[in-house]
Amino acid sequence: MVYLTRKAEFSASHYYHNPEFSAEENRRIFGKCNNPNGHGHNYTLEVTVKGEIDPRSGFVVDLKELKEIMHREVLDAMDHRFLNKEVPEFLHRIPTTENIAIAIWQRLAAKLAAAKLHRVRVYETPDLFVDFYGEA
Amino acid sequence: MKAHLSRRYLFSASHRLHSDRMSDDENQAIYGKCNNPYGHGHNYIVEVTVSGQVDERTGMVCNLTDLDGFIQQEVLARYDHENLNTLKEFAQDVPTTENLCIQIYEIVQRGFPHAHLERIRLEETMMNSFEYAGEGS
Repeated sequence: MVYLTRKAEFSASHYYHNPEFSAEENRRIFGKCNNPNGHGHNYTLEVTVKGEIDPRSGFVVDLKELKEIMHREVLDAMDHRFLNKEVPEFLHRIPTTENIAIAIWQRLAAKLAAAKLHRVRVYETPDLFVDFYGEA
Repeated sequence: MKAHLSRRYLFSASHRLHSDRMSDDENQAIYGKCNNPYGHGHNYIVEVTVSGQVDERTGMVCNLTDLDGFIQQEVLARYDHENLNTLKEFAQDVPTTENLCIQIYEIVQRGFPHAHLERIRLEETMMNSFEYAGEGS
């Protein structure tokens, strides 16, 4: 089994707010992230796939294909977007880094043919990142 | 669903690698420059990875404010701008980054109630890093 990781970057804005909480609770739990006008990050995405090496191509996965899938499924939807308002997953779910990693996993897992998705890592900043391995 | 959250923190500290269980020559042979009696320092980066179910209401594994507050109070306040050799946990053990990594793991493991500790990764320089995920892993 060989693991291959491809990186991408996207920039997006978001804010954290749960309508079931009071205004005071939202401010206490989410702090600055609760500003309804949103704020932004340069996100770095790392997608790791795993598989056996195809003896004919020497590839675990065709990188060009993986890059295209990441662009089509993730970057086209999230890059330079306001996640809360423009990305369907986040109309009713808070776009925390955890939920972004889960949403990206769900967008990618079904689209990969030869290799299997192993990990989605999303950096919100260089000091903060989330890993999702598809665990329930 | 279960996710892993990692956060990186910086602190600066000095240390000297020297073991009382070895002769001066052995210390010099094993630790080299790190055996300099006056000590030397590093900018350490500690990467804390916790895991847990993502809370439906908050979208979080744990609130970063809690993790940041805990690490600030229990780890950074203890080690930042200190000489590691003067601390009680290194009265017997040599303050290698391996041993420091285990100390930090145990502080977080014992004291942080809001998520499960997966791993501590400690970078001594850009070239060296150490990981500890508990005994037996």
